[in-house]
Amino acid sequence: MSNEWPLWEVFIRGQHGMAHRHVGSLHAPDAEMAINNARDVYTRRNEGVSIWVVMAGDITASAPSEKGPLFEPANSKVYRHPTFFDIPDDVGRM
Amino acid sequence: MYAQEVKSTGKGVKSLDEMEPLERAFQEKVNADIKIEPKDRMPDGYRKTLIRQISQHAHSEIVGQLPEGNWITRAPTLERKAILIAKVQDEAGHGLYLYCAAETLGISRDQMTEQLLSGKAKYSSIFNYPTLTWADIGAIGWLVDGAAIMNQVPLQRCSFGPYSRAMIRVCKEESFHQRQGYDIMMKLCDGTQAQKEMAQDALDRWWWPSLMMFGPSDAQSVHSAQSMAWKIKQDTNDELRQKFVDQTVPQAKYLSLTVPDPDLKWNEEKGGHDFGEVDWAEFFEVVAGNGPCNADRMAARRKAWSDGAWFRDGLMAHAQKKQTRNVAAE
Repeated sequence: MSNEWPLWEVFIRGQHGMAHRHVGSLHAPDAEMAINNARDVYTRRNEGVSIWVVMAGDITASAPSEKGPLFEPANSKVYRHPTFFDIPDDVGRM
Repeated sequence: MYAQEVKSTGKGVKSLDEMEPLERAFQEKVNADIKIEPKDRMPDGYRKTLIRQISQHAHSEIVGQLPEGNWITRAPTLERKAILIAKVQDEAGHGLYLYCAAETLGISRDQMTEQLLSGKAKYSSIFNYPTLTWADIGAIGWLVDGAAIMNQVPLQRCSFGPYSRAMIRVCKEESFHQRQGYDIMMKLCDGTQAQKEMAQDALDRWWWPSLMMFGPSDAQSVHSAQSMAWKIKQDTNDELRQKFVDQTVPQAKYLSLTVPDPDLKWNEEKGGHDFGEVDWAEFFEVVAGNGPCNADRMAARRKAWSDGAWFRDGLMAHAQKKQTRNVAAE
């Protein structure tokens, strides 16, 4: 039982102009078959209008241990959120 | 349930104070409802339990296609046939979502297939019963998928991210399965005397095996406590079985069918039904491989695997040849 088909990650764009979103993975011998299989496995109920497949091995992911250095700096920058600023009601819609 | 034979280490659940620092950090994360993702550090036992549970769940979905597939060519109308094909196709899809979730834990698809075909990995006992009449397709959707939903809804909150996400997808699709089954039962119960009898006969044969799906009673189930501490499992087998009985009895009544349990009665005090004891000797026989259809199911899976080998290899060879040609052209 060798010669296993490679693993592909599947991304689907839904109906309403959203970005492609990761939905899962599957095995297929090549990209064309990966698209065909993704159609059957992940869009049986009209979930999508477009499919991307990427070989799982080609994805570079951040390591869980890097979570601190990568994401913590954003914690202190609350002024990036609009609600940080108090605007008087009299100013009107903003 | 779909993983009825998940054995644990047999050790009791440790308290936070007894744990090593890494183990404690993990447990605290689980306690805080932070999802565990594939690359995160996790105890070996957690990984092993999940691989077993998810792969057995996946195998159940795949083997579960066989009893229903048996009636695709004999469905009573073209519409029923199309619906049944769609349902069986969903089961294949559910198996694939689950295999992928298990693969994130470091086991390969081929290893899982090998474990199923060698008999090392189990699948749910329910699929070792035969589908003798069309009413069995109704009973399976209504009872078997009903029991599956009961089990899978809490699994959506499982601590392991990929399993939880796979369950969310599965649950979205599962409700159709139960409703189509009940719809078949309603049609039969609304039909001729012979059709009503066929429906009753199917309920008689599928009721007890459906209750067995939830696995042994909590008292006999050593792994429950650890799985619950790890939030792999949220409810005990007995709690889910009780819930299933309470939900299903009124549905049988609506069909004017009789649940084949003389001990079944409403218990006002506990706000649920009392019901008879499941035949656990039968359950363990079926899990051990001695059910009415175990040999058939395994033979069908082995045949599918070996008959498909030339096709899998052919597509792979084609893909490799194409790739070589593309590289040469660059």
